[in-house]
Amino acid sequence: MSAFFSPFISKPDSVSAIMLKVMLALLPGIALYVWYFGPAILVSITLASITALSTEAAMLKIRRRPIMPFLKDNSALLTGWLLALSIPPLAPWWLVVVGTAFCIAIAKHLYGGLGNNPFNPAMIGYAVLIVSFPVQMTHWITPHGMGATELSFVQQLQYIFGGTLPDGLKLDAVTMATPLDTLKTQLHLSLPVSEILTQPIFGRLAGHGSEMVAIGFLIGGLYLLATRIISWHLPVAYLGTLFAVAGIFHLLDPAHYVTPLFHWFSGAAMLGAFFILTDPISSPTTHKGKIIFAAGAGLITYLIRVFGSFPDGMAFATLLMNICVPLIDAYTQPKVFGKKEAKP
Amino acid sequence: MTTLYKFHGGVHPPTHKAQSTRTPIVPLPLPAKLVIPFHQHVGNIAKPLVQVGDHVLKGQLIGMPEDGISSAIHASTSGTISEIGMQVVAHASGLPDLCATLSPDGKDEWIPKTGMDFRSASAADVRQVLRLAGVVGLGGAVFPSDMKLRVGKHKIKTLVLNGAECEPYITCDDMLMRERAAEIIKGAEIMRWALEAEQVLVGIEDNKPEAIAAMQQAALASADDIKVIAVPTLYPGGGAKQLIRVLTGIEVAAGVRSTDKGVQCFNVATAQSIYRAVQCGEPLLSRIVTVTGNVKQAQNLEVLIGTPVQDVVNFAGVLPDTDSYIMGGPMMGLPLPGAEVSIVKAANCIIASSPQLFPPAPPAMPCIRCTRCAEVCPSELQPQDLYWFAKAKDFGKAQEFSLFDCIECGACSYVCPSHIPLVQYYRFAKSEIWARESDKTSADAARERFEFREYRIEREKQEKAEKLAAKEKAAAEAKLAAAKLAEAQATTNVTPPPQTEAEAKIQAAIEQAKLQAAAVKPKNTEQLTPQQQAEIAEIEARRTHIHALASSEAESPKE
Repeated sequence: MSAFFSPFISKPDSVSAIMLKVMLALLPGIALYVWYFGPAILVSITLASITALSTEAAMLKIRRRPIMPFLKDNSALLTGWLLALSIPPLAPWWLVVVGTAFCIAIAKHLYGGLGNNPFNPAMIGYAVLIVSFPVQMTHWITPHGMGATELSFVQQLQYIFGGTLPDGLKLDAVTMATPLDTLKTQLHLSLPVSEILTQPIFGRLAGHGSEMVAIGFLIGGLYLLATRIISWHLPVAYLGTLFAVAGIFHLLDPAHYVTPLFHWFSGAAMLGAFFILTDPISSPTTHKGKIIFAAGAGLITYLIRVFGSFPDGMAFATLLMNICVPLIDAYTQPKVFGKKEAKP
Repeated sequence: MTTLYKFHGGVHPPTHKAQSTRTPIVPLPLPAKLVIPFHQHVGNIAKPLVQVGDHVLKGQLIGMPEDGISSAIHASTSGTISEIGMQVVAHASGLPDLCATLSPDGKDEWIPKTGMDFRSASAADVRQVLRLAGVVGLGGAVFPSDMKLRVGKHKIKTLVLNGAECEPYITCDDMLMRERAAEIIKGAEIMRWALEAEQVLVGIEDNKPEAIAAMQQAALASADDIKVIAVPTLYPGGGAKQLIRVLTGIEVAAGVRSTDKGVQCFNVATAQSIYRAVQCGEPLLSRIVTVTGNVKQAQNLEVLIGTPVQDVVNFAGVLPDTDSYIMGGPMMGLPLPGAEVSIVKAANCIIASSPQLFPPAPPAMPCIRCTRCAEVCPSELQPQDLYWFAKAKDFGKAQEFSLFDCIECGACSYVCPSHIPLVQYYRFAKSEIWARESDKTSADAARERFEFREYRIEREKQEKAEKLAAKEKAAAEAKLAAAKLAEAQATTNVTPPPQTEAEAKIQAAIEQAKLQAAAVKPKNTEQLTPQQQAEIAEIEARRTHIHALASSEAESPKE
């Protein structure tokens, strides 16, 4: 009775349900990932899930917080999944474990746990890995049907956990540079875009296989929009800006700059637009703020991809824009009811 | 077709209205006792006019409205006043308030009723009638209606009649509009006439088709421009500001009166009470109360003001697992301190609550800034920021982020996936700010009082010193004059009046006393400014001189 006050009713919803729906929305992308690149990604996701939950539990215990309510909120699991989807599946097991543990322990709990992290934890994990283990972070599996040889699932497991490949097989034979990386390297060799894109690793829109995974994430993202888990402001502003900037450069010089669609369906653009930038904790709360934030991220993504030294820029774009969130929120406060009209 | 406007946000909680609209309004049988609070309205408490043992008639004035914003209180039936004292009342504070306990005699005997033809009266007369009839806003705000019918400096273009009834469970206005639409429309005519409004817009949420039809039918009979408009069902669309926005497009900001924008808004039940008071001479003695929730037969009852809630819920067949009662709806209602409190003018609905009906909210999780609260906030606030500031007790920042524009509708708490009791945080922040402001005000007042006291003491000291100085100066001058006179007498060889020895002794004693008095330094001159001290020193010097003179004078006659 002491805590009996209005409103006495609430909408049946919870943080864990929201997180669960976001994870559900990742499933089409994950399914296409498995279809094109084999089941190794499922191993990374499992490893990331286990690491995320155990790190979360350990940190909650150290911080003397209730463990079960927070383990059940699904937020740590989601962070783990997003990190696993951002790094090469055919990587040593410790890569995803170290990355996930860093996400949860440092990027999340050292800042105060759920609701208090200023930076997107998964992107912090990605940034740490790509800076610390750049070589392991380039072992992307060649899509199904594209490489000379393919590893069986058992062989993939042997590599992930034991670091061994079948006799006589080199890692280069089963992995490849990402389409964005390939494009960048070959543009440096002064090849025109039209010639680069004729190579078999490129598909209709962008990279063969990876473009389909991006479509999977787009489908999941549309589900999140339809269920109003996310608002349209972030993905529209992000993809819109990326499209506009890429479009301008492409129109000016199509031999050196690929189409905006290529940028949309390459790298982490779709995953980022619907699943990374939309992390509510580390993104702005106002509509205008969301648009500024995502547009900034779109611009930075493009600049890093085209003019920077990393093949993709999604993670750094997100982190750089995360820094600006308090400022963006402060300067985009909407007018309240009745105070919009100019005073007569 | 009238253009409707939208307000931001809003929620669609399950309405639960059907269960209490199946049967017509029934008058609740006369209870065994009535406990009538003297303070059921916004403003000053009514002054009791009766004493224990008095016999009163139904409709008799027992509480006189005090000056300013106040309203009258009446005996709801005939009977005897058995007690006047402090009792627990249905109020957010949970504090007891002054009530009259009335033991009905069962006759329900009315005072003589005198209705009036408002068109031949003045608006001021109508307002006085309403004030003495105890008519207040029955939508829950209980603001005295006579005050709202005053025409200010702004012309009222539109009178809005609020029949939206957006809160779940509540159906008292719905049933009233279905059954007594004609009286509501007649009340609206009186209000329109008093305000000199051009048009009347009646807003009813579109989930009440029967009420809309009945009101439209009744409005046809009126010569006034009265439009009955179905508005979308969206909580809190029945908030005065939201309904005004929907019907007229006008946004009335926090701290602004709607009348400044040419709109005045009344609840439909208030309109009906105004009609009963003016045309029929019946003061506000009863109201329609929805009794619902954990009861066998949810329904609407016509309940005498002062009826214990227990009688109301018993009539509806309250179920045994009921553990508390809510006055109002589930979004903004007030948990009652118990079923012994009585129905007041604000009591539109009584919900019997059980743990099954309103299960306690799950433990609150941290805010994830999902902004669902901001999406539903009708005041277009950023509730997640306000929560952050309230939690951090950063009240300045909370005010900067328009905390006081919050209407506490509860939409934010309703949608929060983290189950944070957001409205409680805002109530806490508001009350802290009020407390601090009143602390500051009283501290300011205390400081001013202290400073004035210091100033007054200082001023009195000065005045005393000045008076003393003036007095002594005057005395000295008088003596000087006397001395001169004596000298003159001496020179003219006029023999001084013969002095006996006794007289001389008395004179000497007086002189002695004077000397002693002069030797005692006045206490109130201890804390004087150097300038004042210098002045006093000067006076002292003169005085010594005069004393010397005087004593020589006094002795001189003897020689």
